[in-house]
Amino acid sequence: MTVLFGIFLLTLLVVVAIGIVRTKNLFTAVMLTGIFSLLMAANFFVLDAADVALTEAAVGAGISTVLLLGGLALVPGRERNRRRLHGLALGIVSLITLMVVYATFEKPRLGDPSAPVHQHVAPWYLEQTPILVDIPNVVTAVLGTFRGYDTLGEVIVVFTAGIGVLFLLGLPGAIGSRKTEEVQPGNSYLGHHLIPQIVGTLLIPFILLFALYVQFHGEYGPGGGFQAGAIFAAGMILYSLIAGEREALQVITPRVLIGLMASGALLFGGVGVVSMLLGGNFLDYNVLADNPVAGQQWGILIIELGVGITVTGVLLAVYHAFAARGR
Amino acid sequence: MELLGLFNYWVFAVLLMVGFYAVIAKTNMVKKLLGLSIFQGAVFLLYITMDKVDGGTAPIIQPGVVDAIYSNPLPQVLILTAIVVGISTTALGLALIVRIYEAYGTIEEDETQRLDIE
Repeated sequence: MTVLFGIFLLTLLVVVAIGIVRTKNLFTAVMLTGIFSLLMAANFFVLDAADVALTEAAVGAGISTVLLLGGLALVPGRERNRRRLHGLALGIVSLITLMVVYATFEKPRLGDPSAPVHQHVAPWYLEQTPILVDIPNVVTAVLGTFRGYDTLGEVIVVFTAGIGVLFLLGLPGAIGSRKTEEVQPGNSYLGHHLIPQIVGTLLIPFILLFALYVQFHGEYGPGGGFQAGAIFAAGMILYSLIAGEREALQVITPRVLIGLMASGALLFGGVGVVSMLLGGNFLDYNVLADNPVAGQQWGILIIELGVGITVTGVLLAVYHAFAARGR
Repeated sequence: MELLGLFNYWVFAVLLMVGFYAVIAKTNMVKKLLGLSIFQGAVFLLYITMDKVDGGTAPIIQPGVVDAIYSNPLPQVLILTAIVVGISTTALGLALIVRIYEAYGTIEEDETQRLDIE
């Protein structure tokens, strides 16, 4: 039954992807991208990846669609008409598809427990997490401590991309020549739609509360800084859509946003430096408390907070950069 | 039935190339960017497909359950962070497109190239 469901979802995924590429209307393409992400999230869930499904649903289907729409408001919404199919490109693409499909016949089947990927470090992670870190969610443990360097790198990449967007588009009141006061008050995308306005206003506190739950419950269930940051940013973006761009910039001012972007990454790196000062290696949380296991738990809690702060800051700042430029 | 276990990989191959087609054949830059995110989604699917173990469950250890089978947490960690990085880079690309439109008045690649030559 699960297999059939998976095949159904995957087939839909291919149909939606072809739809995205073929449609001439970019607005349609962006909305289809949202559906694509949601289907992808469902697929991840079928494949046992609860944390990834949560991230994809929050980031891909939520934030990414809003950002793309914000960008689309600044550029023409239709692709120019030209010949429908590109022969050479189609030939190359079909050839590579056939080659990749041919290569898959050597691959282990879906769910094969003897596949090489399950023989390397993964069993060690599953065995040692209860002993060394003692938190239920192995994904959070690997993310926070076993592969902490990697996560720090990803946070820096997110931070860098955020800075890049701000340099390109400016953020009124923080980067660029515009001031927050120049953004028109009360100008919002949903301001004149009654039902989204009322439902949205009711939902915002719960979305923010859920973000905090996901942030601090990430060690026990699916969740963590990346997901929480995306959900928190989604709640604030909803507020900005309802109340207006300038009003949202007054709740979390542009300078605070810039501060959030930097301080999360600094907090993460700071934990590494503190653990070095206490005599351990960089990002070795064992030394943070008297008991190594408690130290690990403290370390993960703090770095997840850093991740959440940076992701919130970057996603919100990027949204405001797009939204404020159009008006 | 044996071949059905490869269906995920086939979908990966098709999605990868659908995205790649948009990148090489479309001139509209927003379309190229969307193609790139489909391409990226295909890679995510490949990794998450590899994490599945038959009869397994999400790698969240339950106290008191002894012989549970857990799926592989490692690909999940890699893709979890990659998704957030993916949206940040997409936003950066979109910001570049907005600036290109402001400078050239078009987001069709062949037209910007022609304007460059003139």
